[in-house]
Amino acid sequence: MPTVAPLDLEGHCIATAFIGGVPYFALADGVVHRLDHGHKWTELHDGLLCATFDTAQRRLITGGEDGKVCALGANAETEALAEIGRKWVTAVAIGPQGAIAFATGKIAHVRFGDGKIKEFAHPRSVEGLAFAPKGMRFGVARYNGATLHFPATEGKPLELEWAGAHTGITFSPDGNFVVTTMQENALHGWKLADGKHMRMSGYPMKVKSLSWSAKGRWLASSGSPAAIVWPFQAKDGPMGKAPLELGTRGNAAVTCVSCHPSEEIVAIGYNDGMVLAVRFSDQKEVLLRRPGKGAITAMAWDEEERRIAFGCEAGDCGVIDLTG
Amino acid sequence: MSDAQTQIPVTVLTGYLGSGKTTLLNRILSENHGKRYAVIVNEFGEIGIDNDLIVESDEEIYEMNNGCVCCTVRGDLIRVVEGLMRRPGRFDAIVVETTGLADPVPVAQTFFMDDDVRSKTKLDAVVALVDAKHLPLRLKDSREAEDQIAFADVVVLNKTDLVTEEELREVEATVRAINPAARIHRTQRSGVDLREVLDRGAFDLSRALENDPHFLEAHDHDHDHECGPDCDHDHHHHHDHRHHDHDHGEASAIHDVTVQSVSLRGAEMDPKKFFPWIEKITQLEGPNILRLKGIIAFKDDPERYVVQGVHMIVEGDHQRAWKEGEKHESRLVFIGRELDAERLKNSFDACQAA
Repeated sequence: MPTVAPLDLEGHCIATAFIGGVPYFALADGVVHRLDHGHKWTELHDGLLCATFDTAQRRLITGGEDGKVCALGANAETEALAEIGRKWVTAVAIGPQGAIAFATGKIAHVRFGDGKIKEFAHPRSVEGLAFAPKGMRFGVARYNGATLHFPATEGKPLELEWAGAHTGITFSPDGNFVVTTMQENALHGWKLADGKHMRMSGYPMKVKSLSWSAKGRWLASSGSPAAIVWPFQAKDGPMGKAPLELGTRGNAAVTCVSCHPSEEIVAIGYNDGMVLAVRFSDQKEVLLRRPGKGAITAMAWDEEERRIAFGCEAGDCGVIDLTG
Repeated sequence: MSDAQTQIPVTVLTGYLGSGKTTLLNRILSENHGKRYAVIVNEFGEIGIDNDLIVESDEEIYEMNNGCVCCTVRGDLIRVVEGLMRRPGRFDAIVVETTGLADPVPVAQTFFMDDDVRSKTKLDAVVALVDAKHLPLRLKDSREAEDQIAFADVVVLNKTDLVTEEELREVEATVRAINPAARIHRTQRSGVDLREVLDRGAFDLSRALENDPHFLEAHDHDHDHECGPDCDHDHHHHHDHRHHDHDHGEASAIHDVTVQSVSLRGAEMDPKKFFPWIEKITQLEGPNILRLKGIIAFKDDPERYVVQGVHMIVEGDHQRAWKEGEKHESRLVFIGRELDAERLKNSFDACQAA
């Protein structure tokens, strides 16, 4: 039986991560909490807007209302990576060789491993950021499409056009596809080899959470009463195929998804705080957490694939231990 | 759900460069009114106050991908409001300052069309600052100045000390011609009582029009009267008699006004006719309609029904019981461009209950 160790905090949880086996919870007020032989915390920002886990460097990268980009590593070691002034840092992404990218207004900044920063100005706001899995290449979600840059070279960016506002972006782990979340209730995808479009629509709500399953075979998404899981095994991705609908609930909406690191299982968080784990093959559901005070906004698996750190809109966070 | 209690009111402040927006913002931020405001500005620029709750944001207009040209939202506001609302408790209300040339419509529509924004905030009112001296010039060279007035719930007619009483009357008549439903305040140095600007509930169906007890009652000739439905300042137009009710010459003396308003009134309506009608009108004429507001009396309905809209977005709800002695009549005003007044009137009349 799964057990839950709760951590009741005040405020909206933006991201969770395990660093060296210790669960971290990054809150919107700028404080990052951790359960490391007791409850400890570090204040990183005056207002934290975005955070993402750097798997290779084992650190959490955060961006704030204070115009700072910070890194928080094991034992809560902190490093200020960039300070941009009074602008909000609205997105961060992790690249290869210690590179990171972050967004302020219409500018995407890349900070290379050596600390050098390069700016990429755009005609419209930089809404979302993601690095490709291989090579020094990153994508920007923007109005009417996405732009792919090669920051290490002077190469011309690749423009991917699709009408509408694109708010988030992710590359498939094999690097063959780019998928964006949109202001409307849909995902859009491009097959990079030939620029073919993929429309993934039918969501009753905006999609705010995406997660690739092991080896990138599936893409799980929020924005519906079920987790919508698109098949990406075929060379054309999900085109012409129906997605899986996992963990359907009549009276709740999926707000967060997080795929198991190696098995075809997804942890699904709902707007009422419930968390289920569902296996793709037989759609078998296991209740991991009962409803809480608010929507699940963040989840992360540990390296041992045994625990899930979750965070909520209302601050009721915790760690689920699947082995009990 | 507790949305109703936790929705944060948002005031939108429009007005041309030099109309006094920054002065008003500084007052909102510095005066002791017991409320904390988060302010979203385009540039920190001249706001001389250091405050964590002032957020700079690049105006970013997104057309929605639904084939409707008037369905636009402000993408940057969605992002900033979402960010601000993740740390509630720091402020009681939000003020959005727009650039001088901004179209107020996408700003307002953001608060209706984006589900996340809508669940956490509610549009309180659109306030337009107007420079009394330069308005005629502004109207000549831009459509935005006119849109800002047409779209406003409250018009602050500022810098009245720079014009003569005569000029002020003309400017006010122009504002009134563009927007007969707005509340007008004459001020100097943006010295309007902040209660007249903030927490107006102009988009709140339970309060809308309740603030304006004389909504459209005063006159039948809506194109030209100088005296608003609710003018609460001292003015003397009754003393200078100048074709008060048929003052087309005055309003149209400013040739550059392209916005018009159509005010309709009728008897009790048949809901089976009225609802399909309003839906059809807003679908067909949506791009031309900037705002619509109305109080509708339905036959055999003890409660009055209020409607309000922005382009194609229409909302309506029962507001309260008709008071004793209150006349059961329906009143509706459209503010927009290229409106066919005759056709609107005839089709509106056809919705009356038999």
